[in-house]
Amino acid sequence: MAPQLYMSSSPHIHSGESTNAIMRSVIYALLPTCAVSVYYFGLDALLVLLLCVAGCLAAEALCCLLAQQPVSIGDGSAALTGILLALNLPASSPWWLALFGALIAVTIGKQVFGGLGHNLFNPALVARVVLLISFPVQMTSWTAPNPIGSGVDAIAAATPLGEMQTAVMLNGQLPPSAHSGFGDYFIGNMAGSLGEVSALAILLGAAYLFKKKVITWEIPVSYLGSVIAFGGIMWLIDSQLYPDPLFHLLTGGLLLGVFFMATDMVTTPITRNGMLIFGVGCGVITVLIRLFGGYPEGVSFAILLMNGATPLIDRYTRPKVFGRILHKT
Amino acid sequence: MDKKTFVGGVHPPDCKHYSAAKPIEVCPLPEQLIIPLSQHIGAPAKEIVTVGDQVFKGQTIANATAFVSVPIHAATSGRVMAIEPRPHPSGKLLPAIVIEVDGEDRWDPSLKGLDVAHWNSDELRQRIKAAGIVGMGGATFPTHVKLSPPDDKPIDTLIINGVECESYLTADHRMMLEHSEKIIDGINILRRVLGVKQAIIGIESNKPDAIACMTKAAAAHDIEVQALEVKYPQGAEKQLIDAVLKREVPSGGLPMDIGVVVQNVSTAAAVSDAIRLGHPLVERVITISGPAVVEAKNLLVRIGTPMEFLLQQCDGIKYELDKIIMGGPMMGQSQLSLAAPAIRGTSGLLLFGHQDLPHIEVGTCIRCGRCVTACPLHLLPATIASYAILGRFDEAEDYCAHDCMECGCCTFQCPANRPLVQNLRYAKAGILAKQRRT
Amino acid sequence: MLTAVLGLGQIGLVAAIALGWASKKFAVDVDARELAVNEVLPGVNCGACGYPGCSGYAGAVVKEAAPINLCPPGGSEVITAIARIMGLEDDVTEPQVAVVLCQGDNRKTTQKYIYTGMHDCNAANNIADGPKQCPNGCLGLGSCVTACPFDAIEITADDLAVISRERCTGCGLCVTACPRQLIRMTPATATVHVLCNSHDKGGVVRKYCEIGCIGCNICKKTAPEAFKIDQFLAQVDYAHDDDAAMAIDKCPKNCIVDFNSTYPDGSKFKPASIQPPTPACAGKDLP
Repeated sequence: MAPQLYMSSSPHIHSGESTNAIMRSVIYALLPTCAVSVYYFGLDALLVLLLCVAGCLAAEALCCLLAQQPVSIGDGSAALTGILLALNLPASSPWWLALFGALIAVTIGKQVFGGLGHNLFNPALVARVVLLISFPVQMTSWTAPNPIGSGVDAIAAATPLGEMQTAVMLNGQLPPSAHSGFGDYFIGNMAGSLGEVSALAILLGAAYLFKKKVITWEIPVSYLGSVIAFGGIMWLIDSQLYPDPLFHLLTGGLLLGVFFMATDMVTTPITRNGMLIFGVGCGVITVLIRLFGGYPEGVSFAILLMNGATPLIDRYTRPKVFGRILHKT
Repeated sequence: MDKKTFVGGVHPPDCKHYSAAKPIEVCPLPEQLIIPLSQHIGAPAKEIVTVGDQVFKGQTIANATAFVSVPIHAATSGRVMAIEPRPHPSGKLLPAIVIEVDGEDRWDPSLKGLDVAHWNSDELRQRIKAAGIVGMGGATFPTHVKLSPPDDKPIDTLIINGVECESYLTADHRMMLEHSEKIIDGINILRRVLGVKQAIIGIESNKPDAIACMTKAAAAHDIEVQALEVKYPQGAEKQLIDAVLKREVPSGGLPMDIGVVVQNVSTAAAVSDAIRLGHPLVERVITISGPAVVEAKNLLVRIGTPMEFLLQQCDGIKYELDKIIMGGPMMGQSQLSLAAPAIRGTSGLLLFGHQDLPHIEVGTCIRCGRCVTACPLHLLPATIASYAILGRFDEAEDYCAHDCMECGCCTFQCPANRPLVQNLRYAKAGILAKQRRT
Repeated sequence: MLTAVLGLGQIGLVAAIALGWASKKFAVDVDARELAVNEVLPGVNCGACGYPGCSGYAGAVVKEAAPINLCPPGGSEVITAIARIMGLEDDVTEPQVAVVLCQGDNRKTTQKYIYTGMHDCNAANNIADGPKQCPNGCLGLGSCVTACPFDAIEITADDLAVISRERCTGCGLCVTACPRQLIRMTPATATVHVLCNSHDKGGVVRKYCEIGCIGCNICKKTAPEAFKIDQFLAQVDYAHDDDAAMAIDKCPKNCIVDFNSTYPDGSKFKPASIQPPTPACAGKDLP
């Protein structure tokens, strides 16, 4: 007679939350950003998105087959990595760049560590940085936004951050674009990678994630707060050389990074104090790279560096256990 | 009234609507009672009757064997049929005294009530032990032990636990509504035994009727009623003290270390019965509930009544069962069958079919940190669990694994549905084994 | 050019002097015999000797005169080698292998309930004494596999642990890992075993297991020297097991197995007679 009853250790009920649901929520939250990118950059953007997602799914399936493990593309994490990678690429990316990025993200970024949950670094950012270093020309060929229906051919343009760096280097002071046009930056009417242009779309997605309780306030608040504080101090020191904190917030990949990359659960601390330290670290490194570094943008490097510090942060930010005065470290 | 609470915890669906409005019904006597000798934390009792003996209701049939142990009583009159291993709620076969019920239900004539005013606290404590009273919230810790603080640990506050934070369970809720006077009387006796003045009843705000009822009953007795935010595990002793008094019980310590004693409302009522009427603990209120049961009820049940019989009183089940749980869904034990009896710590009997329970595949940890936020003891469950799985018990101990009280918040929240509580239990067993070796 | 050569040369010289000085100053005296013993040990750090790794055991042999026969994976060769280094009698112990005394996989036995939770025998055994109806049978959740440092244990598709006689080094770690104490250390020369661990009466065993020992005594009648019956369970007397193989065909429940000719059903391991022996530390390239 086959047994009928289940037995297990307590508890016997569950919140119903699942990894798949979390991944799905993040994908939904990225849809506005994807839509805006397609609006501004047209079919090019759509192609990059599709290539990245397809590439990541294929790479994930391949890795699972090679490792003789059940194919895990159903958990949504590979698709999410694909979308995030696409949002980090310029719309003019050639097809092979997108596919190569997808392959790097899933293999080097995730599967070599043992798959979902074991990777140390954010897979999409690993791929972005590998591409940025290996193919700097393709990765920094931006086009000006070219809304669907405008009937104009896409023209090359620089990102506001790139413009700023060139101007400071050549003229020793900020360009006019660092003082005005914030409205355009907010809705996304600027050159840049697919996902970094529209602050509005990202904030919409972030609001959804907060509502679904997928992300918590610690990392976004500490990251943004430290960018505002550090960027603001520099701006107060010399407003001719260093831009307004609002410029920091609205340009480049900061918001995308803050809400979608720095909040990636796998690669960030699990303790509350750890998250705060992580966020502050990201903010400081981002501003340092933007103002003093060789690259115009520093979000991906900042997050990757802090990803690497995550195990250490977790180790030294253990919460005080209930009923204990001090814990051993 | 402001609502107090603690840091951490979760909000499981409370599902109390099945039985909250059902008044306590007296469960009839089954044909036989199976009374296990191990119904409490501590040493099992030792039987003092032999097969064939006639016993009265309330007669002591097994004696306490240590300080942390209590005697066991016959829950009705009848004949001792057998003393042998029988199914126990723990899933094992454990020694039990089986009583053939004679249906007359005669009390032991030697049991008499007391006039509290003439007895000192030591005598009252003896009486409470002799009545076999244990914590009835589910932990079944012998009450007289809690009431015997050493002299260097002065007690200043008695907290009465009317929280009942586990989903589905409504036994304490109904006790507070229907027996508030008895509970207050029990609290007064407990205060007298401990020599404390301050007594606070903690009740979660999802039971406004119980709060109103207890406030009314407590008004004349200088007992405070404290409404608490609805959150699991507020009814855990340490969390309740933290919520009510903002005092933390030291790790590995007891509430008496910080001058507090906590007793459940049902325990207080049982104390009143034991002292005023001389009646030992032979019955308790049990919630029979869950989506699969035809009619959920709160039953006043004799200790030793088989669960099968309880289910018959509720008109059986609607569909095939997938899981039977004794206790609450967060900390209760799943049952092998309905053959085991209700014991002193049984607060509920919950029945679930296949569609009522989660069947989520176990995935890998994505380090989301929800277990960390949920843990009321502020542990890092995922980290400890990963050390446990690797058998690295030194590290698990360093992360305070042994502080875990297995409340289940981490597992409840885990999106990968990892059995974290079981991993932690494994770690605790490993740490104990390691300590024993050295 | 010359500056570069001189500069580098100077740096090299200073570094060489510093290193040479440090190696003298901070030198740790290691008994040459300790190094030699460490050299002959297998180097898998399994811990079966009770010391922290092979080097810990080597130190204990030299400094604390620890017994030289504590390394089961090394076998008699290692004992002889240590004895030569230490100038001791080589007290060679008979090599042993571990055997899982159960053949009751999920197809042949019944379950009390459906277990969900941690994939570990000890954890499952804490819930109503484990899901298996048989109180002594293999739970098949692989606590022994986790404990085995030699990849010598597999769990079959029907959840039964089987130990490869070729890969087993006799370290005994699986014996302590099993909550049901059904893994035994047996002499490696003994290949015939009664693969059952249930002391229940025959009628009870029949109810939950197709292939469990019912204590019928037939094996003892066939080969009286080789078997003993203890509480309804036949066991091979490994001291006089010469005739044990005679009873294999007589057993009505097929619970006597000769590992020389067959392994329990579903096992990927094959007897040595069918497959050439593989070295103990062959790694994971095998099935």
